Formats: sequence, structure tokens, C-alpha cells
Amino acid sequence: MPVTIVEYGDYQCPACQRAYVEVEKLLTAEGPNARFVFRHFPLMTTHPRAMAAALAAEAAGRQGKFWQMHAKLFESHEQLDDQHIQQYAAELALDLDKFARDIQSEGIEAHIRQQRLAGARSGVNGTPTFFINGYRYDGDFTYEALSAAVQTAINGGPR
Amino acid sequence: MELSDFLEEGKYVVLAFYPAAWSPTCGDEMTLFQEFLDEFERLNAKLVGISVDNVWGVQAWAENKGITFPLLCDFHPKGTMAELYGVMRDDGVSERALFIVDPEGIIQYSYVSPIAENPGVDRLFEALERLQKDE
Repeated sequence: MPVTIVEYGDYQCPACQRAYVEVEKLLTAEGPNARFVFRHFPLMTTHPRAMAAALAAEAAGRQGKFWQMHAKLFESHEQLDDQHIQQYAAELALDLDKFARDIQSEGIEAHIRQQRLAGARSGVNGTPTFFINGYRYDGDFTYEALSAAVQTAINGGPR
Repeated sequence: MELSDFLEEGKYVVLAFYPAAWSPTCGDEMTLFQEFLDEFERLNAKLVGISVDNVWGVQAWAENKGITFPLLCDFHPKGTMAELYGVMRDDGVSERALFIVDPEGIIQYSYVSPIAENPGVDRLFEALERLQKDE
């Protein structure tokens, strides 16, 4: 049974950028043993571009390239202005008109806000926040610490 | 300032005692409350943060963080409010404590978080819903 790792994250959050690198290592190492889910938790009060980035990821997802855009956004080191987002979309060979329409589409922002609220209601109190097999994980988000937690979950041990 | 200054018909007051603290993750307690102000409003709650830090520090911090709900300073004399609520520590800061006060001024919920932990909003949402469901 693969272990499910859920991360609530914000593309403009420096801690999430660091976590992204560690999670990539983890997913590469674990292969089919781990399933990763990313959910949006933009902290809009302190991160003015976080929602725009989340919208870009969702819109890219509508063209089947969520993870590719997700990677570009985290690897960009907070270059999340409109120009850069357009550039990432172009680099991913997205249909740019559809991309623009989807970002403005009704419901897409509501979807992100819903994820955020659902996260808050399940105990997310900052970013990044991880859940492993449904339990909130409060340890470090280094590759080593996450890997150990995943191992524990695989062995069916305490969370 | 008196608690009664904040009481309003039909509204609950969430009183959050918080110590000034930094976190390696993004989103301290007050910022998180600010993020979900809409939801608190939907649940008929007003937020008030209280710290024993001095006024100048808190004001600058609040502006920098974009906090729009009141942040009170329990500073003259230091910790009076915290003492009153039973949450003043020996080391000069308050516990990280949450209280929900109903429209009549009665404390209906309280929770003390480990000092370094941001208690999040889920407990507050649940408590506010529970309190209003019983009405």
C-alpha cells in the first residue's frame, strides 16, 4: 500500500521552496511506495503573489501540466509576477489563450480558497504542513526526516 | 480598554493571548487569523490579539504583517490582563491562550497551546460552530 503524503503549500513561501527540494528527493527515492498530493494554502496576507501562482498551477493542470508548472513556480525562487508566469506557461507549451481564460474562470479561485479552508479546518496552521497517511506530520521537512516518517508509515507503525 | 468595549450583540469575541515568536514555517498565529478573517466573520466572531510586548514593537509588527484586527498590549502594568485570565507565566510572557467570550461576556471556551506552537484555527471554528448550534 503506497503511503500518501499531502502537503499544504504556498508558492511564495520560502520554507515551501526549501521543502519542494526535499520532497522531490523523497519522491524519487520512494518511487511507487509514495503518493504525493499538493494542496493550496496561499497566505495572501503576507504573500501577495501566492494566489496568482496557485491559479497558474491550477490553470496549467487543466492542460495536464500541473506538476510541471508546480516545479517551475517553486524553482523560480519567487519570480511570480505576471510576466514570469506567462513565460513559464510558454515554456510548458501551454495554449496561452486557454491558460489566460482558465485563470479568470469562474470557480477556479473558489476551488483554491476551498482547499485552503479545508486545510485550516483539518489543522493546517502554516506552510508547509504535511500529512502522512492522514495524520499531521510535525517533524522537520528535510529529506531524511520525511523519509524516516514514510518508512514508519510503510511499516504500519505509529504516525 | 475593557473587554466590554468589544462586546457586541450576537457576536463572539476570540481573545488570543500570544507571545512574540518566530517560526521556521510561514504563517504565525496572528497572520493565520488574518488570513481567515472572512470565516471568523461568517461565524459571528471578532478577533482580538493581546500580547505583553510593548506598543511600539507590536504596532510596527502589525503593520508589517497586515493585521487589521485589534492587537492590544498588556503592558501597563505588564501582564495585568493575562493575570486576570490566569495565563501569565513566570518568565514574563503570557501563555499562548485562546478564549471565546460570548455576547454576554461569559467565557465559553478556552485553550492553552504549547508556547511554541501555533494553535491554528480549527479548534476555534469548531467551538464557534458548536456554541452557536446550541443557541
